[in-house]
Order: sequence, then C-alpha cells, then structure tokens
Amino acid sequence: MPGAIYAEGLVKTFGDVRALDGVDLDVPEGTVLGLLGPNGAGKTTAVRCLTTLLRPDSGRAVVAGLDVLKNPNEVRRSIGLSGQFAAVDEYLTGRENLQMVGQLYQMKAKDAKVRAAELLDQFDLADAADRTAKTYSGGMRRRLDLAAALVVSPPVMFMDEPTTGLDPRNRQLLWEVIKRLVSGGTTLLLTTQYLEEADHLAHDIAVVDHGRVIARGTSDQLKARTGGERVEVVVHDREHIPTAVEVLTGFGKGDTTVEEHTRKLTVPVSGGAKLLAEVIRELDIRGIEIDDIGLRRPTLDDVFLSLTGHAAEDKPEENAKETVK
Amino acid sequence: MSAVTDAVRGTAPGNPLGQSVRDSLVIAKRNLIRMSRIPEMVIFGLIQPIMFVVLFTYVFGGSMQIGGSTSATDYTNFLMAGIFAQTVTFATAGAGAGIADDMHKGLIDRFRSLPMARGAVLTGRTLADLVQTALTLLVLAVVAILVGWRVGSDGSTDAARVLAAFGLLLLLGYAFTWIGALIGLSVRTPEAATSGGLIWLFPVTFISNAFVDTGNMTPWLRHIAEWNPFSATVQACRVLFANPGQSTSDAWPMQHPVWASLIYSVLIILIFRTLAVRKYRSATA
Repeated sequence: MPGAIYAEGLVKTFGDVRALDGVDLDVPEGTVLGLLGPNGAGKTTAVRCLTTLLRPDSGRAVVAGLDVLKNPNEVRRSIGLSGQFAAVDEYLTGRENLQMVGQLYQMKAKDAKVRAAELLDQFDLADAADRTAKTYSGGMRRRLDLAAALVVSPPVMFMDEPTTGLDPRNRQLLWEVIKRLVSGGTTLLLTTQYLEEADHLAHDIAVVDHGRVIARGTSDQLKARTGGERVEVVVHDREHIPTAVEVLTGFGKGDTTVEEHTRKLTVPVSGGAKLLAEVIRELDIRGIEIDDIGLRRPTLDDVFLSLTGHAAEDKPEENAKETVK
Repeated sequence: MSAVTDAVRGTAPGNPLGQSVRDSLVIAKRNLIRMSRIPEMVIFGLIQPIMFVVLFTYVFGGSMQIGGSTSATDYTNFLMAGIFAQTVTFATAGAGAGIADDMHKGLIDRFRSLPMARGAVLTGRTLADLVQTALTLLVLAVVAILVGWRVGSDGSTDAARVLAAFGLLLLLGYAFTWIGALIGLSVRTPEAATSGGLIWLFPVTFISNAFVDTGNMTPWLRHIAEWNPFSATVQACRVLFANPGQSTSDAWPMQHPVWASLIYSVLIILIFRTLAVRKYRSATA
C-alpha cells in the first residue's frame, strides 16, 4: 500500500523549462517529508501538482488513498494547503476568514463558527480574532493561514515554505505548531530552502534540484554521505602547521587539508568527542599552541553542495508562478 | 490508513446545484464585507457617473439636438438611459480587479484547493458586484432626478415599466462583470485588470446611442452602433422610461430593444461564464 502521499514519475513542463522532471515521492502515513531545494528547483510545482492546483503532463499521484488526477475533489476534502504567501483575505477578520474556509469545506455555518473559535485559541489569535487581517503582523498572518489549512483537521497537509520571510522568533513559534500537528498523526509534506528547518522538522528529506529528487534519506543518512565528521584546528603559529598536520593525519581517516592564510587544518575522523580529547592532548604534548579546535559534523548545506556541485542558493527565477501563462 | 479515514472531513455535499448556490453565497458575502470595509472604492465608483450626469447635462445639454428638439430638458431625459447603462458596464473593471487581486494574493490557490463548487468564486464575486451596481444605480437615479430627469415625458408613467428598465440594466451589468472576471483571470496584476477592464468600454459605450442620436453617424458606424449590444439596453430603457430620442432605425435590436437586450445579456453571460470558469480551473497566479 502506498503512503499517504505517493507520486510516481511526475513531469511538468512550462515552455522550455522542465519544472518537474520525473519526481517520485512516497511519504508514509504520520511522517514528515521535507522537500529541500533552492528557488526554482521545482518544489512549489510538485506541491501544486499534489494539491490538484496543477495537472502534471505525465505521472501518477495518490494522496490520502485517492488518485489526484481522477478524484481531485475527493482529494481536496482530505488535504490542507498552506502556501508560500499567507493566503488570507486581509479585509476580513481572522474569525471571518476561518469561518469562510470552513463553510467552503462544506461545514455547516454553526460548525464552522465553533471550529473557527477553537483554532483562533489554539493559534494564539483569540485577542486579534475580530480585527481585520490587514492589521496582523507577518507571523500572525502565517498562523492564520496555517489555521485555515487545518479547519477540517485534514489527514494530509502540504506546506510550501511555511516560514519564508519570518523572523527567528516567529519561525520558532511556527515550528512548535507544526511539531504539535505532526505528533497528532498528520502526514506532512513541507518544502523549504532552510536546511535547518528540514533538519529540525522532517523525518525524511528529499533533496530536489532541477525538477528531480537527487537524494533521499534521513538527515543523518544524508550527512553521512558527505563523509561524516571531521576535526578542525586553528593553530596559533604558522610555523607549527607541519607538525600539526603530522599529528592530525595520525588520528584521521584521510588527508589533512590546510588553509595557509587562516592557519586552519581539517581532517576527516571517526570517534567523536573521545578522539577530539586525544587530539588536544597530543597537540599539547608537542607544544603546539591552538586558537580553536572543534569537532564538526557536516551540515545539510555541505550535503547540498556535495550532491549538486553548487551551493543551495537562489538561481534565477524558474518558479512555476512566473513562467505559467 | 486509519487516521486518514477517521479524520474529520467536510460533510459531503448533497446535490451539486445546492452546493454551488451555497458556495457562491459564501463568496458573495465575503466580497460584500470587503466592499463595506473599503467604502472609498464604492464612493469612487459613484463619482464618475455623477460627474457624467452633471457634465453632460450642463455642458452638452444646450447644444444637442434630440428628435429635432434643442431643449436641454429633452437632452437630460434622453441622456439618463445612456449614463445608467454606461455606469453598469463599468462594474466590469471592479470585478476584474478584484479577481486579479485574489490571484495575486494567493487566495485563488486557496479556494482551488478547497472542495468547493468550481464556479462559485467567480459567481460570488459577480453577485457582490451586482449588489454594488444596484446601489450605484439607486444613487445615480436620485442625482438624475435632481438635475431634472423625469420618466414618462410622453405623459404615460408606468412603474412596472420603469422597474423593468432597471432590471435590464442590472442584467447588462451582471453580464459585463463576467467579461471582467475573464479579464481578471487573464492578466498578471490588479492594475492591469483595472485599466484593461475599462479601456475597451469607452468605444463600446460611445459608439452607441447612449449620448447622441445614431442617425447622425456615418452609415457604417451607425450600423455598429445600432447592433451594439449596449445600445439595445439603452434603447430598451428609453422605451420603458418613455423618454425622448428613441431610435426609429429599422435595425432589429432598435425595433425590439427589450428582447434584444435580454438576448444579448444572456448570451454574454453564457459565453463569458463558460470561458471564465474554464480559465479559473486552470488558473495559476
């Protein structure tokens, strides 16, 4: 049985741009998949195809056990979508926004009213419930948008860059909300450009580049692919570099790289903190004075770089939004 | 998949038509609330037609010949049907801008991801615009009366016929908002929808019988004016208001203006509603 979100060979082209070039996804029920990639990688297009907003040129998608192409309206009943922009009506109050969405999910007017009040409480918007969304801060709008996506407690959620443009405090707040949601059993597909966010929230990560999934695994598995941990040392005196290299290579699993101008030496290791202590002792015995030393684990940025050959940064806009006409 | 099947879902809709009506009303209500919170939009929408009433009456009034008469009162009575009709068509721009704005802000994406009736977002918008158009017409009629407009200048006043004329005007305005809806879905920005929704209305409303007697136009232009769907409603209103300056042309819409007005408006609704709903289903911001 396929997962709560399943896609096979999704292809979508806009003119010359292959926004999706055969994407396969499988998200088991109750888990979070982080779709990680730079702008224009095809993340938004993938979400739009899975949420019935866009018809893929080819491929198959099943969400909550329903075929997205054959039963789009059934799918819409089972999903919540929180897009890249806080899609709330700024001239309606928070309460009116949620009631409207509830009614459009075909809830009875009075049920929609009760549900709206519940969500406003839950998302810490009760005080602002009867102000127009125009007066809300960016973080409040995002919370309202997320609340709107949760009106019917959909079993499957899609969030397209939920924290883009938020300050760290609001991002942290939204992360808490998302974690609570997932602990309740919701299946979530989340796109992000923030490697830290995928690391923090997702059980599984799919790295997307040029419309393809180029790597897939847990955050630890992906990091392991870049060769695991390493020791970095900054020596105080340039003259000590050769001796230090000798010491590090003795402990390391490979060659030591040297950055002359910063006096920084790096060597891949395995053995963690215990090994680090031994390295420090040995450097001390040899009389090498150090400015800094540390055990570095690869970040997802390193992962991205090693997988794609380029850093996870913006490319010229190839977003579906811009090119569809 | 227990969590999937057990989760609270929206109630399954009864019949599709009922759902469509309900969803449209939810959206109409939303747009009316919006309009009530941006009263300046409604007010600006009123200023232009009021200016036209006043300017045409006092600037052109003295120099226009209507049915052989140069009386300014005759021109005022002739003019109002034209201004009313022009005003209702200008609702096109509001509908277009509103829908383009919804696209721009990602609201259309939200609506399209909900299990709601496909045409409801557009129908709700056009219904809300219809309410606004009715309000505008009401204010405009009062202003028209203030500058001297009277129905039944041939001595016969029939309230039912006057109401029928306003009914035709509302239907024309409703039809034109569907053109606006299609424009709003086709352009990239609300600003483009506003100007794109207005520009073409000038030739449509001026190459007509709205402000002048078509009998004085060059023949080819006259034919266009007399077959212009917009002219049919203007002529129908003049007939129903019993106002002067009714066209005596042999063109079918001028001879049967009420039918022509009804047929044109219904046709516009059918065509543009179909196109707009199709466009909406594949809409991408």
